[in-house]
Amino acid sequence: MKKYSMETTVGIFVLAGLLCVAYLTVKLGKLEVLGGDRYPVTARFKDVTGLKTGAYVEMAGVRIGRVSGITLDTKDNMALVRLDIDKGVRLTDDVIASIKTSGLIGDKFVKVSPGGSDDVLGPGGVITETEASVDLGDLIGKYVFGGVK
Amino acid sequence: MNDTLALLFSPVALLGRTVLSVVAELGGFCIFLFQGLYRIVAPRPSAGKIVQQVYFIGVKSIFVIVLIGLFTGMVLGLQGYYTLVKFGSEGLLGAAVALSIIRELGPVLTAIMITGRAGSSMAAEIGIMRISEQIDALWTMGINPMRYLIAPKLAASLICFPLLTAIFDVVGIGGGYLTGVVLLGINPAVYFDRIDAAVELGDVTSGFVKSLVFALLVAAICCYEGYFTHARRDGFGAKGVSLATTAAVVVSCVTILVADYVLTSFLL
Repeated sequence: MKKYSMETTVGIFVLAGLLCVAYLTVKLGKLEVLGGDRYPVTARFKDVTGLKTGAYVEMAGVRIGRVSGITLDTKDNMALVRLDIDKGVRLTDDVIASIKTSGLIGDKFVKVSPGGSDDVLGPGGVITETEASVDLGDLIGKYVFGGVK
Repeated sequence: MNDTLALLFSPVALLGRTVLSVVAELGGFCIFLFQGLYRIVAPRPSAGKIVQQVYFIGVKSIFVIVLIGLFTGMVLGLQGYYTLVKFGSEGLLGAAVALSIIRELGPVLTAIMITGRAGSSMAAEIGIMRISEQIDALWTMGINPMRYLIAPKLAASLICFPLLTAIFDVVGIGGGYLTGVVLLGINPAVYFDRIDAAVELGDVTSGFVKSLVFALLVAAICCYEGYFTHARRDGFGAKGVSLATTAAVVVSCVTILVADYVLTSFLL
């Protein structure tokens, strides 16, 4: 009887621990357990300074996906950003992707503005209309040193 | 002439002797660790033994881990709030609390607490078995003490440390919520949203990698100190056990912090 109750408490402990592990990895760590409810598209940027993997993709202020990878296209030195977009969201092939900052010092995210074309961007499609991230330091430098006319 | 030379080189000889003894100690420790690990896999210890150790190391530590986690989170919430409010960005509190707990404080504080609670008693228990010749008795009965005593503790530590760290992390984030949201009035949605946005899978896994390494180090060091109580040069008998217990806790804690620095510099 004593042994039985010990084994039960150990079981409860392991269960509680595993629940916490699951919360941390799946909820916070964004581990995709059930893949397939998103499709990837790629966006080519001139500059993605500050953007990180896992950043949100928003359209009209609503989250529609995440950044799942940032690599450099060695051919023309452009940044290739892989976006995982929710299945239900329809992107046209002339959408504009721009990198914005939430607030003044917040994280960077990708903002997708809808286009007017009828052609839908399928999985693996490439967004070519992009706006690079705004470098605040650059902007201030231009202003101070007379780059602005 | 010879004497002068000896005198001249005596500090060097001292250095050499110290290095040699440290290296010998490290080598002995590594052999001990690998023997213990081997005994987890090869002639496996009975599952009942491991469950018993999980109960002792894990279940009985929950209370203190929850308490420490809760107050760590609350303190971080308080400190973080008063720092961030100066910049008008108290919304970032969730991210600050969650990241510092998941990356650093969770694994480290959990490991240190378990060292104090379970590690010390491991060292004392094995030390007393050693000085009362129970370990020799095990050998005589044909029972391998590495398999019977050490391997279950190592295995149970490898199970318990990550689980307790996960519990610590979750409770700590809850503690941050208590001070940040309930006491100081941050928007609860913002708190969790920031956590969600800031924490990456890499942060979580690096925390678990750390806790696994700490589990190995703590369990092995504590068992090692106890197992070789009789070989201590600074005391024997009851005094040897007390010294072994002290050494187990001190060496474990220092090793945890050093290993933490090394691991962080590798994982980041």
